[in-house]
Amino acid sequence: MSNTDADTGRLPVAKTYKLYIGGKFPRTESGRANALRNSAGDVIANVCRASRKDLRSAVVAARAASPGWSSASAYLRGQILYRIAEMLEGRARQFHEELEREGVSAAVAVDEVSQTIDRLIHYAGWADKYVQVLSSINPVASSHFNFSVPEPTGVVGIVAPSAPGLLGLVSMLAPVIAGGNCVVALAPERHPLSSMSFAEVLHASDVPAGVVNLLTGQVEELLPHLAKHMDVNGLLIADATAEQAAEAQRDGAENIKRVIDVTGVDWSAADAEGVYHIASMQETKTTWHPIAN
Amino acid sequence: MTDLRLPDLSRVAPVDTVGVDERCARFRSRSIKKDAKIQGLKLTLSMIDLTTLEGADTPGKVRQLCAKAQHLHDRLPDLPNVAAVCVYPTMVAVAREALGDSGINVASVSTAFPSGQAPLQVKLDDTRAAVDAGADEIDMVIARGAFLAGDYQTVFDEIVAVKQACGDAHLKVILETGELGSLDRVKQASVLAIAAGADFIKTSTGKIQPAATMPVTLVMLQVIADHFRKTGRMVGMKPAGGISDAKLALHYLVMVNETLGPAWMNNTWFRFGASSLANDVLMQLVKQQTGHYQSADYFSKD
Amino acid sequence: MSSSNPLAFEQAWQYSPAPESTDHIQLDERYGLFINGEFAPADSGQTFATINPATEKPLAQVADAGESDVDRAVTAAREAYENVWSPMPAAERGKYIFRIARALAERAREFAVIESLDGGKPIRESRDIDIPLASAHFFYYAGWADKLDYAFAGCQPSPLGVAAQVIPWNFPLLMAAWKIAPALAAGNTVVLKPAETTPLTALKLAELCQDVGLPAGVVNIVTGDGDTGAALLGHPGIDKVAFTGSTNVGRQIMRSLAGTGTPYTLELGGKAANIVFEDAPVDQAVEGIVNGIFFNQGHVCCAGSRLLVSEAIAEELLEKLKARIDTLIVGDPLDKNTDIGAINSAAQLARIEQYLDIGRGEGADFWQGANTPPETGYYCRPTLFTNVAQSNRVVQEEIFGPVLTVQTFRTFNEARDKANNTPYGLSGGVWTDKGARIFKMTSELRAGVVWANTFNKFDPTSPFGGYKESGVGREGGLHGLAAYLDLGRGMQS
Repeated sequence: MSNTDADTGRLPVAKTYKLYIGGKFPRTESGRANALRNSAGDVIANVCRASRKDLRSAVVAARAASPGWSSASAYLRGQILYRIAEMLEGRARQFHEELEREGVSAAVAVDEVSQTIDRLIHYAGWADKYVQVLSSINPVASSHFNFSVPEPTGVVGIVAPSAPGLLGLVSMLAPVIAGGNCVVALAPERHPLSSMSFAEVLHASDVPAGVVNLLTGQVEELLPHLAKHMDVNGLLIADATAEQAAEAQRDGAENIKRVIDVTGVDWSAADAEGVYHIASMQETKTTWHPIAN
Repeated sequence: MTDLRLPDLSRVAPVDTVGVDERCARFRSRSIKKDAKIQGLKLTLSMIDLTTLEGADTPGKVRQLCAKAQHLHDRLPDLPNVAAVCVYPTMVAVAREALGDSGINVASVSTAFPSGQAPLQVKLDDTRAAVDAGADEIDMVIARGAFLAGDYQTVFDEIVAVKQACGDAHLKVILETGELGSLDRVKQASVLAIAAGADFIKTSTGKIQPAATMPVTLVMLQVIADHFRKTGRMVGMKPAGGISDAKLALHYLVMVNETLGPAWMNNTWFRFGASSLANDVLMQLVKQQTGHYQSADYFSKD
Repeated sequence: MSSSNPLAFEQAWQYSPAPESTDHIQLDERYGLFINGEFAPADSGQTFATINPATEKPLAQVADAGESDVDRAVTAAREAYENVWSPMPAAERGKYIFRIARALAERAREFAVIESLDGGKPIRESRDIDIPLASAHFFYYAGWADKLDYAFAGCQPSPLGVAAQVIPWNFPLLMAAWKIAPALAAGNTVVLKPAETTPLTALKLAELCQDVGLPAGVVNIVTGDGDTGAALLGHPGIDKVAFTGSTNVGRQIMRSLAGTGTPYTLELGGKAANIVFEDAPVDQAVEGIVNGIFFNQGHVCCAGSRLLVSEAIAEELLEKLKARIDTLIVGDPLDKNTDIGAINSAAQLARIEQYLDIGRGEGADFWQGANTPPETGYYCRPTLFTNVAQSNRVVQEEIFGPVLTVQTFRTFNEARDKANNTPYGLSGGVWTDKGARIFKMTSELRAGVVWANTFNKFDPTSPFGGYKESGVGREGGLHGLAAYLDLGRGMQS
């Protein structure tokens, strides 16, 4: 951690990085922490090592938030996503510093934060459009009005990529919540700082409690519990070994979980955003009704 | 009959038309063959109210119809007679005499048939005249104008009054469903007519298109079933107009059979109002007997 | 009222037997596997009998495909994909699929009779629903073949390759159509395994593919049991898995595909609620309940097997429902008047009867219609369990037979919560006259297909598939096309 500032002689106050569950910032119930070190080997933060019980609490919070968030108006969801972008823009410098502390070069950090903000804007704009793009009115042969619309899958787990630490998480998170899902995300194991600060941005952006829950910890420890959790409906994995991802798919089969391995996606590429990222955590509902006097 | 009360029609359960159509398609998909077909065809004949309701009706025309009623096709043994001959009040006496002791009933339309647009007193006089001339059955029309205007009490009171005027004659209440605009309205009118004391409910005058249809008839049959479940009182049903071939008549019988059950499968409780149905049924019966398809030239037209 | 000649029926009007003619049906004694455009026996020479469940007699011997046969089929599909089908102009592909649709319509009666012989479903259903819908499905997707660029905004879709498809015994030809039509339209070739107890119409479809000149290897049909299915879905040469069947088998498939990256669609089980409010069109609701659970003997994954009825009308509705059930004719599947045919197999009948015992053991009130099934064959009378609780197994588990549980509710929220209180999410029904309530309930039911004031309706243009444990992906309509395409974008499963 930073020592006394040579110029001012002041000892800076270090930030305690905690979990984000149900709109609160608790420490892990396990009391465990991982020391995060920079390339020089200095401890830059003690990061909570979330336990399966923290994960459980996060899923409970996400499930509780689901009815409200999934039925919130598309307009409101778009507004909130836009607000997240605004808040991130306002705190951009904090994120530059945190990314740099995690070893990202200054230029890359600036670029990453900019891309992240733009990605949020992209999905803020999608919130009230993807339903139109993914829906259909189906001209059935009988005297029925028939239409298909996307609805959120429910509670979605996310294992964020280790890099880019902020852009990766947000690129996975934004389409999932834009689509009305609630999320339990594992922050990048080796680059958790900006993710956890992003939780503060979420918290300040009118995102209802429980819609996004962020945990820091070990993929190896937490992924199996996420994959096996019977109240998690979908799982996006961007940071796991092939064997871990396959195991999560096997585990997820127990409740026919939609488990998608997106390891290796280039999150700064052009197709790293778009409506089909929203579609991946949507279910299609088809409704029939007679047409008659 | 002072205890009769107009029911709250807003509480009548709604009808889904597409569902009704689908159910009717199921009835039509029944395949009626062999013995069941012969039995059904004979039953159909026995349920016919052989009808002539023209401004041009004359005693001669009515006598010919009455002859047909008693001699449907004498070359075929064991044929039933039709249930009734249905005429205007002015023709009741002629029909009564022509039918003699055949056992075939005389039915008369009344109440300013077919529009029903006359003062109540005229309707009652019309009814009494028909009864006095020897009508066994009265086919009245409801005041559709009043019904569509929401004046259900008037419609109800008229039926009650006509029922009283009928004396011993049985009362069939014609809803003229082709003017009611929806199956919900048909259902409400059926509920109203039955509550007012109708012995039968009947779809149509035959003067308005569409006349009887399977969906309309099904809804009316279901009201009859509901009333029977609730009160134990049986009410009869008469689809009229538009049922001109034997196959369709058999589909109607399937519908009665599966909606109301065997107790209604006789001419005490079910009638067809029709003028040309009988000959098509006869042709089918002869075809069943001979195995050959028939020509209309071999069946008397009256 | 009197009548001159009353017809005194000694008993109710009984419909005379109206058997569908079978004299135009040609079934071979034995059927080989359809691989690369030719019928050939299994390498092992093994066959199994397919049984008519209405007579318990064998209809034909069918080849039992082993791993080597599956391998030949996948190889044939691969070669056809690379050399013939995917290089072919899309419009030409479409024309072949149109041909299948037309030929199926022309030979509809033959297919309907065979479907009823092999599977036990009433001829009325195979004639009026299964076969026409199968033909319509091919017709719908045929037209998509040269319009894929219009289907998904911002995508240049491409086919996946060889699709391995395993289908169940409840709608044998229709499920084959649901699988094959979109796959071919999207430019894939297929290896399809029909169910062990109902292989015949798929094999007749193979004949039809020969007749319409479909290039060899584009459609391959391998028959066999679960081992054949496992060999197919586990084959390393496949690019896509599509399965319709039980949730348990679906789970096993997901596990076996874990880590392979092979995309899959799964249509699995269901335990749908059919919710009737006090303002419902009651008589049509009764009909919808009957169609919901007794259609195809209840062998329907989206069957409305749980009736939730407003306590305010429960008594009246049940009285009507029972009266209606009594009019259902349980009998010979080939009789045109049969409403409920034969249970598909002895094994399925045993499973249903086991649930009847479970329900009675749980203290539910047991009621069966006054229907009279034939003496021989596998039959089950339509059954109601009333006085059941959400905690009863008959309420929670998919029975896949003509068995309906009946629960009452008081409020909207109670109905919705009970309806959603299941791991399944395939379908649901709601009956009410109030438009606002319909939209609220249909949007709050967690199910992939919701029927409002109707039930068990299907159409090629209408996407079908489940939430939660009822499956992954959609079949039918525009959405069903996506299952057979690489859209080249996004994080699709």
